Amino acid sequence: MKILVLMKQTFDTEEKIQVENGQIKEDGVRFVINPYDEYAIEEAIRIKEANDAEVVVVSLGPSRSEEALRTALAMGADEAILADDPELFGDEYTAAKVLAAIARQGNYDLILAGNQAVDDGSGQVAVRLAEELSIAHISTLTQLEVNGDEVVGHRDAEGDEEVVTAKLPVLVTAQQGLNDPRYPSLIGIRKAGKKPLTHVTLADLGLDKSSIGAKSAIVSTFLPEPKTGGKILQGDLAAQVAELVQSLKSVDKVIG
Amino acid sequence: MSRKVLVLADIRHGKLRNVTYEMLGAANHIAEGGEVLLLLLGHGVQDLAVGAGDAGADKVFVVDAPELEKYTPTAYRKAFMEAYRQFSPNVIFMSHSAIGKDLAPLVSQRLGAGQVSDAIQVEVDGAALFFTRPIYAGKAFTRVQVKSDVVVATIRPNNIAALADKAGKPGTVETLSVAFETQDLATMVKEIIQKASVGVDLTEAKIIVSGGRGVKSAEGFAPLKELAETLGAAVGASRGACDAGYCDYSMQIGQTGKVVTPDLYIACGISGAIQHLAGMSSSKVIVAINKDPEAPIFQVADYGIVGDLFDVVPMLTSELKKALA
Repeated sequence: MKILVLMKQTFDTEEKIQVENGQIKEDGVRFVINPYDEYAIEEAIRIKEANDAEVVVVSLGPSRSEEALRTALAMGADEAILADDPELFGDEYTAAKVLAAIARQGNYDLILAGNQAVDDGSGQVAVRLAEELSIAHISTLTQLEVNGDEVVGHRDAEGDEEVVTAKLPVLVTAQQGLNDPRYPSLIGIRKAGKKPLTHVTLADLGLDKSSIGAKSAIVSTFLPEPKTGGKILQGDLAAQVAELVQSLKSVDKVIG
Repeated sequence: MSRKVLVLADIRHGKLRNVTYEMLGAANHIAEGGEVLLLLLGHGVQDLAVGAGDAGADKVFVVDAPELEKYTPTAYRKAFMEAYRQFSPNVIFMSHSAIGKDLAPLVSQRLGAGQVSDAIQVEVDGAALFFTRPIYAGKAFTRVQVKSDVVVATIRPNNIAALADKAGKPGTVETLSVAFETQDLATMVKEIIQKASVGVDLTEAKIIVSGGRGVKSAEGFAPLKELAETLGAAVGASRGACDAGYCDYSMQIGQTGKVVTPDLYIACGISGAIQHLAGMSSSKVIVAINKDPEAPIFQVADYGIVGDLFDVVPMLTSELKKALA
């Protein structure tokens, strides 16, 4: 069985965002594997451990993403692909085209991904890829089982949980709660350095720049108005609670 | 510039969710004399077309089939594409919730279209449409323009106004028939487990009562649930509470988890980690209850009460019961 895991390197979620000249500043930022992708990697490794599979991780993004791919290799993935040629960068439409070209080179039975990235949070790329490859997909899984050529997934449908089945090949996306991702072991980290990590370019993938062009563009990036909170109520608790209820009702008019 | 706008109704448990009206509001804003179509997909959904004209729909298409009773991407895509072919819209709106999030990228890639996810604002500038959307769960925002012929956007609930007055549009209902084949059902929903923990839907709730590590146990959510019941609110949680096993991950609010923008957010025993603040600080009014006066949550709170949530929350519930009686 061959498994492909889509992953992205993102800012740590505890990072503050700073914008300079309309761009998000990356200086001094701690990068991590997108937490949702981490579940996907962990799940792939567990399937490999139970079923004798091969796990390939792929990332489309800047060269710094190599560090995240090495972490995935240290966790237990077998091989990594990094599409860091800027000619391959665009929007979600572009990403799906690029990842489809990579996926087609591997004949994968199962593709795993996080259901969204914690940075742009658009949640489009994996599903677009399923469409591009004309394979079925199930998104936001909190549980996954592979039985022969069938998968059974528990999908988080906003409160409700759906039990969904599909035949391989299939693409599934991970939701929080799918598993508890492992930390790479020391042996894992040592082995990761020797595992193959291939950089691919537009030419390697046989893609034509004009056919993968972005369909959307970011016009500007800005920070929200700073929140001017900070009113701490005073007096004994009963008086504070009474004042709060009065304010919510009469001043803010958000209750009643 | 006049536009044809297709709005996919967001149907949950046999009812239209509010965001459907919000999308119709946005659609009327950008149609500029064009046409607004409301599309109903499901089984037994015909009656939901009643009142669509007043909500801003010129036309309603209904695809009613047993194959659409439960959401599956391929069957919904087939039904959607049939409506697309018959209406040929310039703009497609879906809700940024379970179905829209899943179906929109599928349709967008098939149409070779750009998509804006989780839009909170739509503006018209001549022939162009600009969307505002959060990134990093609301730590920053981008303005995005879609350059493809068809523009697809998923709209976040609670952010765009529905039409204030009855539109009095025809809302003419047309039924489309779609023949489903085996290959249209590439995935099968075997079972739906409704979780008892979720009362009011978090992403669309007007009021949210949320608990953090300070709740101390699963049982510790009891006073929060009572407060939520009094207010008709949904119950959420911080990552700390979920990681500690006090509640289900489906309740988590934050950069990992759900991003919410209710009118009122009551944070109980939540310290206010950056990743949590990202998921809730766009709420209109924030109340924080925490024992630690230095907790960062107070910096974004409109009202802070320094105290033990197990003292404050029951008092607040009984005070509210009096005020709302």
